[in-house]
Amino acid sequence: MFIVKYIKEVWSAIKSLLIGMRRTGYYFTHHKEIITQQYPDNRDTLNLPERFKGEVVMPHDEKNEHRCTGCTACELACPNGTIKVITKFDISPEGKKKKAIDKLVYHLELCTMCNLCVIACPSDAIVMAQTFEHSVFDRSKLTKILNNPGSKIMDGVE
Amino acid sequence: MVEEIGTTTEGDLIINVGPQHPATHGVLHLVITLNGETVKKVEPHLGYIHRSIEKMCESLTYRQFIYVTSRMDYLSSHINNHGCALCVEKGLQIEVPARAQVIRVIMDELTRIASHELWWGAMAMDIGAFTPFFHAFRERESINDIMEETCGARLTMNYMVPGGVMIDIHPNFQKKVKDFIAFYRTKMNESDELLTGNIIFQNRMKGVGLLSKEDAISFGCTGPTARGSGLNCDIRKLYPYEIYNSVTFEEVLETSGDSLARYMVRLREIKQSINIIEQLIDNIPEGDFQAKTKAVLKLPKGEFYSRVETARGEFGVYIVSEGGTTPYRIKFRSPGFANLSALDHMARGSKLGDLVAMMGTLDLVIPDIDR
Repeated sequence: MFIVKYIKEVWSAIKSLLIGMRRTGYYFTHHKEIITQQYPDNRDTLNLPERFKGEVVMPHDEKNEHRCTGCTACELACPNGTIKVITKFDISPEGKKKKAIDKLVYHLELCTMCNLCVIACPSDAIVMAQTFEHSVFDRSKLTKILNNPGSKIMDGVE
Repeated sequence: MVEEIGTTTEGDLIINVGPQHPATHGVLHLVITLNGETVKKVEPHLGYIHRSIEKMCESLTYRQFIYVTSRMDYLSSHINNHGCALCVEKGLQIEVPARAQVIRVIMDELTRIASHELWWGAMAMDIGAFTPFFHAFRERESINDIMEETCGARLTMNYMVPGGVMIDIHPNFQKKVKDFIAFYRTKMNESDELLTGNIIFQNRMKGVGLLSKEDAISFGCTGPTARGSGLNCDIRKLYPYEIYNSVTFEEVLETSGDSLARYMVRLREIKQSINIIEQLIDNIPEGDFQAKTKAVLKLPKGEFYSRVETARGEFGVYIVSEGGTTPYRIKFRSPGFANLSALDHMARGSKLGDLVAMMGTLDLVIPDIDR
């Protein structure tokens, strides 16, 4: 009886291995079910969802105008001190002083992509971009100024 | 002469596993005392990835500190954020809208599946099987794609905010989750074919790393580790939060307490998670996804504690508030730390090769242990 039991055990052991090998063999012959992406060769066709949090950017329209009022809500919402808003006072044609941003400094190296600044912004001036290849050779390149040079605030944004 | 296990005598071999070792899944450092090949003592040394998250949270506001907890147990970051959000809501007595509650639970369960899938692949790789790793990552990838579309990130989502969720779900969300479940159901038996039935795997897991129910209680083990020993400890059943008392699912229990039991608990938990998602995905109520909260959150003076069931066990958040905008003191009860403390007890007297199998079934995430 011992020998019968032994042979049965050996047979069930071999069977369990064969079941596993069958699954492996199935994928060996069915190449279409393989979903590996050939990055970076597929860069041109790579589609990232529109909500992907890559980095903070400030969209400008064709007249080089943005929506930022310089209220510093994003600076207060940021947990890491990633954003620094440097404001100045514009003098309007009527002679009134108006607060506007001079520079919106963004430290990409400190950013954790938590999206809190975008949520906090009352005028939707900043959004998340779908970029993700952030490596550079010099650390200073990670400190960015989000507003374009010479840009000004859009009409109607308070 | 039979030497007593647990003491170091002359002639014992002391080896260091980690902090840079593929089987520890991070910077865990184990000092192992060996007599021949028999393990006499295992001493985990921590501190290699200590970031003082709890101290950091004291300088952050109640909205800001939630994102840090994604960096603790990064495989169940949604559930960590959920626990923190629940604790802040408890202090402020915010009623979360029904839609947000359902979305939160679906996200939690998706995270649990993704976490268990990754654990399954990584554990198989520890034991020496490389193929399951790729199979596990294929399933996990589809969940990550769903997360990426709705939350905007694959691992550290920061989707939960006090009062609900940050953004409403993506229009494709329901369809994608249903597609995923349909896809997953066809691939479900692959894990049994590839690994569970395998004779080499069975022999390496059966009777290895025994942890009795009493020991699981005294070491403070929670989650699948304790449920493998037959301990009822599912927070979703014992102290239901959100809508867990209105969905039907069973608490998975195994009684043998060895590595195979812990393995089976996790595999069966995936099926329960899928059950929960299937019940909810067609019934997401209409309405707000976020409750109206004040711009600056201030918790009243006092102490608040809330707990959630992560993929690894009970995660607790303890906040002491002095009434300001930032917490006075925060303490996180992480499941991995308590589960790791049982490793020494489990490993004593077993062989060195089995230690890796035990560590695999504990599902250790080192940043969660070390914080």
